[in-house]
Amino acid sequence: MYKIAVIGGRESILGFKALGLEVFPCLSCEEARETLHRIAGEGYGIIYLTEGFCRDMEEDIARYRYMRIPAVIPIPGMHGSFGIGMTNVKRCVECAVGADILFGGQPAENKNGESEVT
Amino acid sequence: MTRLNVNPTRMVLSSLKKRLRVAVHGHKLMKDKRDELMKRFLELARENRILRETVEKQLMEVHSSFTIASAVMSSQMLEQALMYPKQRVSVEVENKNVMSVNVPVFRFTTDTDDESNLYPYGFASTSGELDVAIAKLAEAFPNLLKLAAIEKEGSLLSDEIEKCRRRVNALEYVIIPRLQETIRYIVMKLDENERGSQIRLMKVKDMMVKKAIEERIRMDEEQLAESRSD
Repeated sequence: MYKIAVIGGRESILGFKALGLEVFPCLSCEEARETLHRIAGEGYGIIYLTEGFCRDMEEDIARYRYMRIPAVIPIPGMHGSFGIGMTNVKRCVECAVGADILFGGQPAENKNGESEVT
Repeated sequence: MTRLNVNPTRMVLSSLKKRLRVAVHGHKLMKDKRDELMKRFLELARENRILRETVEKQLMEVHSSFTIASAVMSSQMLEQALMYPKQRVSVEVENKNVMSVNVPVFRFTTDTDDESNLYPYGFASTSGELDVAIAKLAEAFPNLLKLAAIEKEGSLLSDEIEKCRRRVNALEYVIIPRLQETIRYIVMKLDENERGSQIRLMKVKDMMVKKAIEERIRMDEEQLAESRSD
């Protein structure tokens, strides 16, 4: 049995508490980093992290990228999405295929990119 | 391509041939694995993108509802309302084997079954916007969980694909040509040795024949001389 954690700014993650997830409100990136490393080994299966903190924590997240557990997933915080989650998906595709063939950089090129693959 | 540093003997040749066979077979298998992994990964990545877009949209709606709720209520009230959650969520993690990559499958369980029983506060002192926000969040939650599973699977698969691709390339462009080169070198060296020893044998035979002929001539001459003297 694993638990689910949410790390982020207080107002971004308050709602998750009502769902029964464990929330770790953080004020600074440093605090978020410490919290992430502390709880990563404490039986959390999924750790959601708001994107505001993700920006400065890439190396810390990369540490857990190829581990089975925990899954560190960026989610948009109160201030909106910075596209970090999407960038991660893109990076995965680039890493696997060698080139970004799914997203194609521009939204207009998306269809072309996809039709090439299929 | 540099050849391996080995002795050109038959023993080494046969072991190298065996290695080449294994390498070629392995290369084919790895290539198949890579292709299949790639196929699954691309499907997954496409699904991942769509799911992430959905989740981000849902979460933004949740956040805007929360903003409205926090505008209507004081932050202390809001915090107090959500202070003690009614339900607890836990995930069970099972393994799924995708082309010998172990990926986690998350299945979440809540300890309350009743969905309407979600709100951990009394309705008297809270605003309706908070209810809406929490309902939306609860709605988004299964997607959020699915996203976690898919993103994890994607990153694990991409790692495996990269490894697999490097192995395929190493086999195709380094190991197999090097083995072939070495085998050719040994075969040529052995042939050369064989020719060398054949020539040596022929020369020895020539020398022996020449010697025998000279002997014969000498004996004939002696016989001739004897018959003349008689």
